[in-house]
Amino acid sequence: MTESKLDLLQGTLDLMVLQTLVTMGSMHGYGIARRIEQVSGDEILLNQGTIYASLVRLQQRGWIAAEWGTSDNNRKAKYYSITRSGRKQLAEDAAHWQRLSRVMGRVLAMPAEGKL
Amino acid sequence: MGALGEGLQRLRSFFTKPQRDSELDAEVAEHLELAVEENIRQGMSAEEARRQALISFGGVVQAKEQQREARGLPWLDVLLQDLRFTFRTLGRDRGFTVIAVVILGLGIGANITVFSVVNTLLLRPLPLRNPQELVRILSKDPTGGESSMTYSADATEEFQRLNRSFESVSGYYAFSGPDNLKLMGNGQPMPVTGLMVGGNFFHTLGVEPALGRVFTAEECLHNSRPVVLLSHAFWKRQYGGDRSIVGQAIDVNATPVTVIGVLPESFDFGSIFSPGYKVDMYGPVIYDDIRDEGNAMALVGRLKPGVSLAQAQAEADLLFPTLHFSVKHPEYGGGYTGALFGLKDYVTGKLRRSLIVLWCAVGLILLIVCVNLSNLLLARGAARSKEFAMRTALGATRGRLLRQLLTESLILSFAGALFGLGIAFALTIYLAHQGSIALPLLSSVQIDAASLAWTLLVAMAAAVLFGLVPGLRISSGNLQESLKDSGHGASDGKKHDGLRSALIISEIALACVLLVGAGLLLRSFLRILDVDLGFEPSRAASISLDYNDGGNPAKRSVFWQEVLRQVEAIPGVETAGLTDNLPMSRNRSWGISVKGKTYRKKELEATFVYVVSPGYLNAIGMHLVKGRDIRWDDTDKKVGVVIINETIARRLWPGEDPIGRIASVAGMDARVIGVVADVRESSVEGKPGWQMYLSGASPQFGPEGAQLVVRTKLPPQTLAPIVMSTIRQINPGQPATEFRPVQGLVDHVVSPRRFFVILVGVFAGLGLILASLGIYGVISYSVTQRTQEIGIRMALGASQGRVQLAVIGKTLLLALIGIATGTVTSLAIANLIASLLFGTEATDRATFLSMTLLLLIVALLAGYIPARRASRINPMIALRNN
Repeated sequence: MTESKLDLLQGTLDLMVLQTLVTMGSMHGYGIARRIEQVSGDEILLNQGTIYASLVRLQQRGWIAAEWGTSDNNRKAKYYSITRSGRKQLAEDAAHWQRLSRVMGRVLAMPAEGKL
Repeated sequence: MGALGEGLQRLRSFFTKPQRDSELDAEVAEHLELAVEENIRQGMSAEEARRQALISFGGVVQAKEQQREARGLPWLDVLLQDLRFTFRTLGRDRGFTVIAVVILGLGIGANITVFSVVNTLLLRPLPLRNPQELVRILSKDPTGGESSMTYSADATEEFQRLNRSFESVSGYYAFSGPDNLKLMGNGQPMPVTGLMVGGNFFHTLGVEPALGRVFTAEECLHNSRPVVLLSHAFWKRQYGGDRSIVGQAIDVNATPVTVIGVLPESFDFGSIFSPGYKVDMYGPVIYDDIRDEGNAMALVGRLKPGVSLAQAQAEADLLFPTLHFSVKHPEYGGGYTGALFGLKDYVTGKLRRSLIVLWCAVGLILLIVCVNLSNLLLARGAARSKEFAMRTALGATRGRLLRQLLTESLILSFAGALFGLGIAFALTIYLAHQGSIALPLLSSVQIDAASLAWTLLVAMAAAVLFGLVPGLRISSGNLQESLKDSGHGASDGKKHDGLRSALIISEIALACVLLVGAGLLLRSFLRILDVDLGFEPSRAASISLDYNDGGNPAKRSVFWQEVLRQVEAIPGVETAGLTDNLPMSRNRSWGISVKGKTYRKKELEATFVYVVSPGYLNAIGMHLVKGRDIRWDDTDKKVGVVIINETIARRLWPGEDPIGRIASVAGMDARVIGVVADVRESSVEGKPGWQMYLSGASPQFGPEGAQLVVRTKLPPQTLAPIVMSTIRQINPGQPATEFRPVQGLVDHVVSPRRFFVILVGVFAGLGLILASLGIYGVISYSVTQRTQEIGIRMALGASQGRVQLAVIGKTLLLALIGIATGTVTSLAIANLIASLLFGTEATDRATFLSMTLLLLIVALLAGYIPARRASRINPMIALRNN
C-alpha cells in the first residue's frame, strides 16, 4: 500500500456517503464505495468493507433509507437513498467541514516570521 | 431522529440479530460478486478478480464485526457473552463454585445481619414522629436505681408548668412490674401488664392511636371514669383484632374499665424504654393519686422546634433544683437535678461501641472471605493459564480478559449475596423474636430497603476486592511465560506463589485479630458469670402473688404465713419466701441513716429497699453474715426491724457492730437485726449499692405487691401446676401468672453481653475455619504443582519425613508471620474494646497466648494434610506421569 494514501478521519466517511447519495441517488454499498474511491482519485485508504458500518449507522440515525432491490445483473441488492433529515444533516456537516478546512488552510499558511 | 431514536434502533437490532446478520451476509456477498464482475470486465482472470476484490474489501470478518458494533449494543453483547461463558465454566467447575458461593454467602450473610441490627439500633431514627426532638430527662446521679431517676408528681407538674424549652413534657409511672393487673374475662383471671402514662404521653411521643383516641384531660383527674388504651399486640392476641372492643368496658382488677383506643402496631413501649418488657394496656397517670408516693415518674419531653439540647439543658440546670418534692411540704426540699439525653442516645447510646465492634468483626470476616476467594481464584487462574494464553494469542486484549474475570467475580459474589440474604433473612427473623435479649428495638430488626442496598454494596465491593488482584495477575500473564510455565515438569512461577503466600499471611493475621478480640470478650463474659451475685439464682423460681389485704399489715401477715406454710409443704420445695422486689428487676430506693446523727450532703446514698417475709433471704440464697433473719413476731409498732447489707454496715457503722443499733429508715425507727452480703441488685458488672431488707409483716413498711420465691431441687416447670393450685386454694382470685426461674432475671441482665459474645465468637470461629481452608488450599495446591519435583527428590533419596517436614515448615513459616502480624495489630487495637471488657486487661496475656496457639495448631493441621499427601507420593508414578 502506498504511503501517500490518506487515513480517514472519524466521521468523514459518513459525510462522503451522504454526499455520494445526494449526487448519485439510490445506490448499493459496492457502488457507493467505488464512487468514493473514484472521486477521491484513489487518494483515500478505504477498505470497502468499512462502508457497511457507516451505512448501518446512518440508517439508524434516520439519515438514509435502505430497501432491497434488483441489481443490473438481476441479483438481489440493498439500495440506499438519502432522506430529508439526511440532506439537512449533510448541509450542516458540509458547512462545518468547509469552515474547518478554511481555517486549517489559513493557519497552515501562516507566514514563518510570526514565530514567537 | 435523536439519540433516543438511535438507541431504540440499536435495541431493535440487538433483538433481531439473526435476521440482521443474514441480511449483512447477503449484502457483503453481493458486494464481492459485483467487484469480481467488474474486475473480470477489466480483463483479470477469475481467480485474480476474486483476490483483488477481497483485497479492496479488506477483512470480511472485521467489516461485519464493525457493522454489528455500529448497529447494536456491543457492550451488552460482550456482557452476555461473558455471562454465558461464566455460567458455563462455573457449571463445569461445580466444586469450586459451591465452595465459593458458600464462603461468600456466610461472609455476606453475617454482614447483612449485623448491618440490619446496627441500622435498627444505631443508624435509623426511632419509629416516632420527629424523634430528634425527643428527650429523656434523668437525674445527674443515678446511683439509687429507678427512684433516683424519677420525679414526684409535684415536681413533674411544676416542671411542665415552668419550662420554656419543651413543647410538652410527659412521663410514665416507673414502678409497675409485669403482670401487675388481673383481667377477668370468661373463666380464670388472667395476668396482664398495665402501665400508667402521663395523659399527654402519646401526644408527646407523637404516637397516634390506630383506633379510637388518647386520654382526655378529665380522664387524668382523681375519681374519673377509668379508661385504657390497648397495645396492638394485646388487642390482636386477646380480642382477635376486634374493632368493636373500643368503647366497651373490660374487667380489670374487679373494676369496669373502658377501652378508648388501640395503639398502632409500630409503637412498642418496651423496645424503646425497657427492653423485654411487654405492655398490654396503658392507663392515665392520675397525679393526685400518686402525690404521696414520692419519686415515681420517668420523664420524656419534646423540645420546641429550634431549641437545642444544650439550651434545654441550661434551662434544666436552673429549673430542676427549684422543684419541690412535695408542694404541701416545702420543707422536704427537692434536691432534683436534670440530665437531658436525646431519646435515641438514651436508648442505644450505651450499645454504640459494642455494635461498632460487631460491625468491625463482620467486616474482618468479609475481608477474610475475600482473601480466601482471591486465593481460590488465583489457583483456578493458574490452572486456566493455557486458556488465557490461547485467548490472548487470538487477540483478546488485557482489558477484555480483565472484564471477563471481573464478570466471573461479580456472578460469584451475587450468587453468594443471594445465599447470604437467605441466611440473613432467617437470622433477623430469629433475632426479632428473641424477647429474652435485653436489647432495645431488637424486635423491629428486619431486612429492609437499607439492608438490601447494603447487600448490593457489599456484594460489589467484595467482587472487586477478591476479583481484582487475581484478575490483574492473570490477565497480565506473559504469553510466553504462561505457555512455558504450564509445560510439563516445570515448577510454578515464583510470582504466583509469593502472592498467594502474602494473601495467606494476611488471612491468618485477620483471623488472629478476630480470635484475640473474641477471646477477650469471651473471657470477660466468663468473668461475669463467675461474679458472686450475693444470691443463688439457680434452683429458685418466683411467681407474682395477688392478694388484697386492704393495707392491713396484720391481715397481710396472716395471708403470707398461710401461703408460705402451704407452699413449703409441697414435696420438692425446700424453702419459700416473699419479697416485693426481686434482685435485677424492678427496684426502688429510700434513705437510711444512723438515728440522731446529721450527715453532710452526699454522705448518704439512696438505698435499695426490699420488703420481705421471714425466710426470703434463705429462699433467694442470700448470705446472712451477722445477726438473724426477720421473724413473724417482729411487729413492734414503735421500732421496726431492718437487715442491712455489708456496704451500709461499713459506711454507717465503720468499725462497729451494727446489730442492735437503731437506724432511721425513711423517717421511721428500725432496729438493725442482721447484716447480709452485698447483692448485685441491678447489674452484674456494677458495684452493689446500699441495700436494706424490711419486714412486710411489721406495721411500718408496706410492700409493693409480692413475689413468692421458691427454692427447689426440681425443675420449676414441674412444680408450677401444684404451686398454682396451692395458691388458688388460698386465694381463688390468683391470676395465672408465670412461675419463672430466678436465673432468668440474671440471664436477662447479661443477655446483651451474651448476644455480643456469641456473635463475635461465631465470627471468630468462622474466621478460623476460613483461614485454615485458605492454608489448606495453598499448601495443597503447591504440593500438587510440585508432585514431580517431590518425586525426583524422593527418587534421589529424600525420606518421607523430610518431605513432610519441608511442607509443614512452609506452613509454619506462613502461620508464624501471620500470627506475629496479627498479634501486633491486636495489641494496637485491643484498647478500642477495652471499655467492653470486664475484669480482663486489653492485653491479657493468657488470652493472647491461647488464641495464637489455637490458630497455630489449626494452621499446622491444615498444612499437615497436604504434607502427608506429599510424603505418600510414589516417585515411580510421579515421574512416569511426566
